[in-house]
Amino acid sequence: MSEVLALGRIPLDDYAELLGAGEIEELRALATPLLGRSIQMVNSTAVGGGVAEILTRLVPLAEELDLNIKWEVMSGGEDFFEVTKAFHNALHGAPYHASQKDFDIFLAYNEKNRQRLPLDAEFVVIHDPQPAALIEARKPGANHWVWRCHIDLSHPNRTVWDFLEQFVSKYDGAMFSSPEFSRQLPIPQYLFYPAIDPLSEKNCELEQEFIGQVLARYGIDSQRTILTQISRFDRLKDPVGVIRAYRIVKRYFDCQLVLAGGSASDDPEGAVVLKEVLREADGDPDIKVLELPAWAPLEVNALQRASTIVLQKSLREGFGLTVSEALWKKKPVVASAVGGIPIQIIHKHTGLLSHSVEGTAYQIRFLLSHPEIAAKLGEHGHEHVKENFLITQKLKRYLTLLLTLARGS
Amino acid sequence: MNVAETPFEFVTVSYLTRIGNQSAGTLAELLTGLEHCSDASIFHHTFQTLGSHHFLTEGFSNDFAQWVLSDTNRNDLAEQLAALDIRDYVSIAALRSDLCRVVADYCMTYPHFASQSALERFYFCESVEVTVPLGRNARTLDEFRQGIALLSHAGFYFHFISSRLRLQLRTNDFSHWLADGLGLRTLAESVNNIDIYTNTLDSTRAKLLRLIDRERRKA
Repeated sequence: MSEVLALGRIPLDDYAELLGAGEIEELRALATPLLGRSIQMVNSTAVGGGVAEILTRLVPLAEELDLNIKWEVMSGGEDFFEVTKAFHNALHGAPYHASQKDFDIFLAYNEKNRQRLPLDAEFVVIHDPQPAALIEARKPGANHWVWRCHIDLSHPNRTVWDFLEQFVSKYDGAMFSSPEFSRQLPIPQYLFYPAIDPLSEKNCELEQEFIGQVLARYGIDSQRTILTQISRFDRLKDPVGVIRAYRIVKRYFDCQLVLAGGSASDDPEGAVVLKEVLREADGDPDIKVLELPAWAPLEVNALQRASTIVLQKSLREGFGLTVSEALWKKKPVVASAVGGIPIQIIHKHTGLLSHSVEGTAYQIRFLLSHPEIAAKLGEHGHEHVKENFLITQKLKRYLTLLLTLARGS
Repeated sequence: MNVAETPFEFVTVSYLTRIGNQSAGTLAELLTGLEHCSDASIFHHTFQTLGSHHFLTEGFSNDFAQWVLSDTNRNDLAEQLAALDIRDYVSIAALRSDLCRVVADYCMTYPHFASQSALERFYFCESVEVTVPLGRNARTLDEFRQGIALLSHAGFYFHFISSRLRLQLRTNDFSHWLADGLGLRTLAESVNNIDIYTNTLDSTRAKLLRLIDRERRKA
């Protein structure tokens, strides 16, 4: 038996208040030609990780449109997930020496799942590399298969990519989060942005009283300027660079800095970076370094909403959805021009991009000097997210893709 | 009240963005890309981007101008590209020709800037369009007003902006129907004169509804 996930209902009309009735009507109109046709989503985990988080919301919303959609999870042993984790890191460019045994393990589990999963829907959407070889189950001309790649393939390990490419090339199309993350392939490639859910705990409206309580709990003064970066303690997020930028700003403006991320207790590298951050902070009482338990979505939400400016000074980034989270809350954002950030931050329209510590500090000072411009960037950023990076837009993109496949484009 | 013989059919549109095979890291490469990319790509970076950035009014016109401004820092060229008004074009070929002319002239005048590396590359993409009927139509001005008020941003964009290419006329679906369907030529012209570059889609719609209301009061 395959594992078909049963999910709670998310009424689509709950989004009408935020988006307008016309947007919901449009989703229904796009779904109409797809009624009665089957859709299958397949990934490698039911909980944890960004893909499962997205599907947990996306599948019930599609069901609200009366679509016949199922989400199935492939199974695998520890050896399979060790190999696919190594593949994942290698595809991101980490050094890795793949052995034939690794490829054999990958293929064996894909073969087992081909026997186990009923891959017979009219539209099959495979997420990420783990189940990529399921395409071998496809009967010629039987149905449409697309591959959604959630990772950055701009600098992949050649051996691992060459192995995967033989499967990916057999799909009808592939979707990437940024043109930069894509590869030269013989199949059509589409841009599919990650998305945030405006009704989730991380993004929903909050009572001012709750926000005040969160600030008080961490000793943050709501009456003074708050600069915030939300991200795990990872060198690629450059938390030390953020502190250096803050120190430059501090020469001209009274401000506090909040660096909040997940707990570093189960991440050895995170613990090292956290130490470096604390050393750089050097006991400055205006720098709050917060380890949040399991990312505490409501607290992250409150910290973002309380911020004067939100920062994302990454040195390298995937898509960087924390930027969209902040923009949704109408916050002015200063962020590095890396990964998917320039898609979210249209420089001088929906936020400000920077390329260095000094540049980041300058942009922060500029916004603190021009609060009216900061407010306008926040407003435009909110609209940009509404138009492009909400879960409802992601659903619309899927509907459009399926209609495109169905008409044979 | 006028009743049109042919009703106005409300539809909506959705676009998939297809990633192209070309990218540009310099102005010279941008010019090569402009010369060789598909019509769907020129459409995507000019017409379609105006729809997906409908909330911006100050200084945002098309993706080429935005990239030249933010990634090559050539404000003068960016300004010239931004000044190309899609309402002046009823064919992609004419728009492409002007885009190429502006970039080529600049590269010829400032050859040292033509080969200077940009901060980030420009990726040529294409729009894949899917339209679906909304199952609503209008035969009177009242029904028309009601339909416009209910339209999504994409539906409004489709009828008001991208329609020019479809109609191959310097007008839009709304004005076309107001003039031909209801014989309201003055109203049609006023609607066509609403400036989409200095208005958001929301403020464009609000102006259009105000114009219709004024017409209804006359009746």
